[in-house]
Amino acid sequence: AGPSAMSAPGAAAGGGSRSGAAEWGGFEDNMQGGGSAVIDMENMDDTSGSSFEDMGEMHQRMKEEEEEEAEGEAGAAEEEDGEFLGMKGLRGQLGRQVADQMWQVGKRQASRAFSLYANIDILRPYFDVEPVQVRARLLESMIPVKMINFPQKIAGELYGPLMLVFTLVAILLHGMKTSDTIIREGTLMGTAIGTCFGYWLGVSSFIYFLAYLCNAQITMVQMLSLLGYGLFGHCITLFVTYNIHFHSLFYIFWLVVGGLSTLRMVAVLVSRTVGHTQRLILCGTLAALHMLFLLYLHFAYHKVVEGILDTLEGPNMPPFQRVARDIPVVSNAVLNTTAKAVALTL
Amino acid sequence: FTGLADVSISEDIPVEGEITVPVGSHSPDEDYSTLDEPVRDTIMRDLKAVGKKFVHVLYPKKSSALLRDWDLWGPLVLCVSLALMLQGGSADSKDDGGPQFAEVFVIIWFGAVVITLNSKLLGGTISFFQSLCVLGYCVLPLTVAMLVCRLVLLAGSGTISFIIRLVVVVAMFGWSTLASTAFLADSQPPNRKALVVYPIFLFYFVISWMILTFTPQ
Repeated sequence: AGPSAMSAPGAAAGGGSRSGAAEWGGFEDNMQGGGSAVIDMENMDDTSGSSFEDMGEMHQRMKEEEEEEAEGEAGAAEEEDGEFLGMKGLRGQLGRQVADQMWQVGKRQASRAFSLYANIDILRPYFDVEPVQVRARLLESMIPVKMINFPQKIAGELYGPLMLVFTLVAILLHGMKTSDTIIREGTLMGTAIGTCFGYWLGVSSFIYFLAYLCNAQITMVQMLSLLGYGLFGHCITLFVTYNIHFHSLFYIFWLVVGGLSTLRMVAVLVSRTVGHTQRLILCGTLAALHMLFLLYLHFAYHKVVEGILDTLEGPNMPPFQRVARDIPVVSNAVLNTTAKAVALTL
Repeated sequence: FTGLADVSISEDIPVEGEITVPVGSHSPDEDYSTLDEPVRDTIMRDLKAVGKKFVHVLYPKKSSALLRDWDLWGPLVLCVSLALMLQGGSADSKDDGGPQFAEVFVIIWFGAVVITLNSKLLGGTISFFQSLCVLGYCVLPLTVAMLVCRLVLLAGSGTISFIIRLVVVVAMFGWSTLASTAFLADSQPPNRKALVVYPIFLFYFVISWMILTFTPQ
């Protein structure tokens, strides 16, 4: 409907505008949507939402419409008189119409931007999974691939990683319960959510940036997905070791489970990078961050939490509400009752 | 649309039918008359709707009453009462139950919004507020559990009371999850129900965790 509407006034106003329409005709075929304000999601590419291109389009269309209006006004009159009339009527009808069009254009641009960015459908393709696929990917995230000379496929899916991050938050909260460091649930909840999401988003962005520097072939969504599934090992480790408080058990789990999921991520990244130095930088950073995060969650997280509680509560804290996390200091009896209470919980 | 220009109905097929406008039922009259009714009637009507939904949550048969006429009064009342009952769990009485109230409130609504977005992204046919309504109403069993926990804690806080509280909270958590699943899972494509149920499970788990670990000072 767009191109035909453009050409009809052009044809009516005479020969002068016909060449104008033909000039613009080439552009209109390439313009997305051909003059309509509906965004066709299939033709979306990364540049179509940029305001730079929108401004260019809007400018062209405004100029066209202004030309049409000016020539429509001139109508029966000769071309020179038509121009003259147009200039004279600037404060009158033409001025009003221009202001009207500015408003229309602005409104169209705003609604286009809104429907572009507030559209939930942007995320829909990343959630298109089946439960079988999620389960398969969870298991695969623990199995390092052997073939590193051929780029490994990474599924760009966000459902699994998001659920794993929330599960990690829930496990952290549960861990705080079994270690009896709950005094204020609110602050601890915020800290847990902040830590997990901060790790997922922050480290993904950082590794994506490093991958950009090291010329690795990976996109942001794939990186988010890879790291998210790598948190599966963390979830398992923390779930087990928060319920069975043995340091040596934790170290075994840290090495084996954490190591497996790190190896898988590292292998996938290595398969997508060329050059020894680049591979070393990228994978070394990722491995270090991933393993250290698990260590941090087990040991230092509770110290950080206790630090927050210390600063919040002050010195007059009843001593029985704080349970130390140093297992060697705690006697066997306390350990047994803790294990019993926790076994009841499970 | 240019392809449609070729469509034409051949002339020997008669096109016939009836065009009737359905006679307006009494509803326009009722709409007008609700302005004149006493305030008590209006309030009682809303209260009855909320109460009916509570009953639907407690006995989750597969009815669509919760979905059809959604309202957020029930979830608001439940959320506020749960957040109020979770007050006083801090070690110091001198300062704020403030952040705790706000945190509970934010967690419940933020969690419900996330689950709704997730179910919509997975291809669900339910609308945003309908899903919020269902999730909010299904917090009712957990509110009951909170009440029971507070009463049990009045009696004492030993191991036995912990066991009682644990059993009650776990039972109510299961009830909440089952109730909300009964309403929400129907709106999903059949092979993706598990993907929608899991976040609901996590959500009610976190609320149950908050209830179970509540210790008055």
